[in-house]
Amino acid sequence: MSTEARAATFPAVDWEGGTLPYRVGHRKLGMWLFIVSDSLTFSALLFGYSYLRASNVWPTPFPFWPSIVFSSVMTFCLLSSSLTMVFGVSASSKGDKAKARKWILATIFFGVAFIVLHLIEWNHLLHEGLRPFYLPEHWVKVFTTTDGVPPSPLFGATFFAITGLHMFHVATGAVYLAVVAARVNKLKHEDVEISGLYWHFVDLVWMFVFPLIYIMSVDVGHHTGL
Amino acid sequence: MSEHAHADEHFAGTNKLFISIWVWLVVLTLIEIFLAYKPMPIHLMLIVLLGLSIIKAALIVAYFMHLKFERLSLILTIIPALVVCIMLLSVFFPDSFRSAGLRYKFQEQPPVAPAPLEEP
Repeated sequence: MSTEARAATFPAVDWEGGTLPYRVGHRKLGMWLFIVSDSLTFSALLFGYSYLRASNVWPTPFPFWPSIVFSSVMTFCLLSSSLTMVFGVSASSKGDKAKARKWILATIFFGVAFIVLHLIEWNHLLHEGLRPFYLPEHWVKVFTTTDGVPPSPLFGATFFAITGLHMFHVATGAVYLAVVAARVNKLKHEDVEISGLYWHFVDLVWMFVFPLIYIMSVDVGHHTGL
Repeated sequence: MSEHAHADEHFAGTNKLFISIWVWLVVLTLIEIFLAYKPMPIHLMLIVLLGLSIIKAALIVAYFMHLKFERLSLILTIIPALVVCIMLLSVFFPDSFRSAGLRYKFQEQPPVAPAPLEEP
């Protein structure tokens, strides 16, 4: 008796899950599992950052211009890229491959815009003298507490590690989408949808990185040292 | 291919719905930027910002990533385990607060060499 024939006699057959218990293909389930593991990677990094921040004097150096303006426009780019991606997946589900390709290319455009803006923003900070293990000298002066405790030099390490890993995800996502756009006629709809899942995940991570790294470190003028 | 298989490929949600989700996400982001310049205790700020971020993440996962339209078994397999794992990372914070306390105490009372005993 074949495995399939025997399977029909199992008591679990009445659960109606069939061979697709989640009603998604194995590739889509694989992408979901990858997203779960990658969420934990970013969570661990953000918790590590929060740990350091809570146990140290932490600088809050970001001025409205350029840091907050740039990061806000970057957020807008990523949110818009998610919208164009969902339009692409929607078009693909209706079998309109040409339209799907057009929207995916728009998504890549926003992703690349995000990376370019982010690199300009990094360049501003590098010019100020921020390095992974050093703060610019004038930050140390401004953010040292009245008790004489200097701000943590690990600000740069956490900033470049977290935003850098996120930027790497955006870059790989742009390459992934470029491959999908090029092969969209040969791919099944679910494959396009899977690339969309990855792209939305990259957007989702930024929804936590932006407030925790940028908004929480806005220079509002009162330098209490905390 | 059967009609059933084709129906499974249908991607639920209209473009109008997706645009309204995008508008919500942009509005919540603008609120976050506005809050950045409102003086408030750092704990309150953290709670409000994380709350807004979780709402935004939920909107993205539910509508853009389409999880709302998937089978409940998939949602229950993915979300609770992830949330529990992330919450468990909070176990490190007592140590973080402890080391902050140690550092400040040390700074307030810098160690000094003991005074030499006076010979009678």
